[in-house]
Amino acid sequence: MDQALMYVAFFALAGLTLLAGLAVVALKNIFHSALALVVTFIGVAGIYFMLQAAFLAVVQVLIYVGAITVLIIFAIMLTRRLMDQHLVQFTGKWWIAAPLALALFGLVGFVSYSTTWLLRPKEALPADPVAALGTELMTTYLLPFEIASVLLLVALVGAIVVAWPKKDRLPVVEELEQKIAEAKRRVVDDDDQLARGK
Amino acid sequence: MELLLQGLNSWLGQVLPEWLVTVIGMVIVITLLLLLPPLMFMIMVWLLRRGIARFADRFGPNRVGIGRFNKERTQQRFPLWGLMQSVADGVKMFTKEDITPAQGDKWLHRIAPVVAIVPTFMVFAVIPFGKQIVGVDLNVGLLYVVAISSIFTIVLLTAGFASNNKFSLLGAMRTVAQMISYEVPMVLALIVPVLLAGSLSLNQIVEAQGAWLGLRWFAFYFPLGPIAFIVYFISALAEVNHTPFDLPEADSEIVAGYVTEYSGMKFALFFMGEFLNQFLICGLAVTLFLGGWQGPGVQLGGVLGYLFSVFWFFLKTFTLYFGLIWIRGTWPRLRVDQLMNFAWKRLVPVALGNLLVTGLAVIVVNLLKK
Repeated sequence: MDQALMYVAFFALAGLTLLAGLAVVALKNIFHSALALVVTFIGVAGIYFMLQAAFLAVVQVLIYVGAITVLIIFAIMLTRRLMDQHLVQFTGKWWIAAPLALALFGLVGFVSYSTTWLLRPKEALPADPVAALGTELMTTYLLPFEIASVLLLVALVGAIVVAWPKKDRLPVVEELEQKIAEAKRRVVDDDDQLARGK
Repeated sequence: MELLLQGLNSWLGQVLPEWLVTVIGMVIVITLLLLLPPLMFMIMVWLLRRGIARFADRFGPNRVGIGRFNKERTQQRFPLWGLMQSVADGVKMFTKEDITPAQGDKWLHRIAPVVAIVPTFMVFAVIPFGKQIVGVDLNVGLLYVVAISSIFTIVLLTAGFASNNKFSLLGAMRTVAQMISYEVPMVLALIVPVLLAGSLSLNQIVEAQGAWLGLRWFAFYFPLGPIAFIVYFISALAEVNHTPFDLPEADSEIVAGYVTEYSGMKFALFFMGEFLNQFLICGLAVTLFLGGWQGPGVQLGGVLGYLFSVFWFFLKTFTLYFGLIWIRGTWPRLRVDQLMNFAWKRLVPVALGNLLVTGLAVIVVNLLKK
């Protein structure tokens, strides 16, 4: 009974995820593609839920649906000609891309075929998986955790530097610049008068 | 849910197989969870209209009740303080013309209001309405609420985009910018009760506030609790676009924001989503900071204890909702620059500092206990 239900749930979720993934690349309207991506993420979250990784599922929805897709949609909306924007779906370089994609697919297929998958966890799950995850992140995996946060901080600072308005200079500097420009103009004017005088 | 299953099992368990009892229990719970939000919506709209009317020195809806009309057809037999106004409004919504903008994205325009209501209903499933009265007791309940609510953002963007109207798009962009900014202090404030209770499950957070006859609320953990509560409440107001943060639908600037091109029942769905979200932020504030269903009388055994717990939850929630009406009736709207500055320069530092001190306090208390 349980086994059958699991199969039904898995194939429904996997089918939904794959169909939505196909829609992401096949749809002509880029906004529709972004929304199909949301469905893909939710399907993946459903599979996590099915595997009893509720925390991972919730975080998947929170970060991928709540943050990353919103970012993508914002990027789409800030580009020009919103409604009639259709993607160029084929380029002349498809003959390079196709073997590369096939090779990647073969590699992923080979790895997933040659791996011996665990059908049940090696150890029993801790009573509070979230708390255990937090403790592990703060002790055993502290370095990767910190490096990831430093990476995010660097990206944040980089974004601010890129977006900083170029003309935002001190008023004193601007005043000096104006004076210099004025002086230069005077010099040029003087030169002109001299030239005319000759 | 479990309580219901136990009851059903002892009642029907002899006659029916176990899986059928489970299915019956699920159907009952799902039906209740689908019925409760619209009921709350009707009561809230009525309360809001009566409340705002009082603040503006008017009467508000006070005619539509039940019973026969008098001879002049001005008054019904039982006016019921106008309680039936919401039903009349609902019928009116159904009879209105449904308009789809010709240049818009028809499919997205059609789907958006339906999808908008789904996350809101999903959140209702984890709110503990009373002692052991909760749809599903997820052990990551609080995170689930935050994650599901974030789907709402995308739906609003879709609605604004599909309408192909500059006011709709402006409203949607404003909403998203506001929701993303205020989500940061909100989540930072939400972690405080999680640290104090030591769990992400909403039910366990409520259980942790049960001491002192059900009055050991997290909002009373001075000064950490009150600060977190206030930061949460302010950012939650901004999350649901309530006054004074109602810029996304500022009717004096951009008509009605993302709902500009919606009419009839589709508009009603967005309207309902908005009201239910207001109910949910009040309910969540009550659950996390004001003791949830805890209160004097809950400790009683039998049916009385359960009744008391439901009573306390709804009393606290609607008291907070009255606060919302009060704010709506009296406060002006913020400007866009004030909105962003307030979120990033005031709320975030306060919430972050509060969180740090709370973490430290929890560690120190735990060490002292050992």
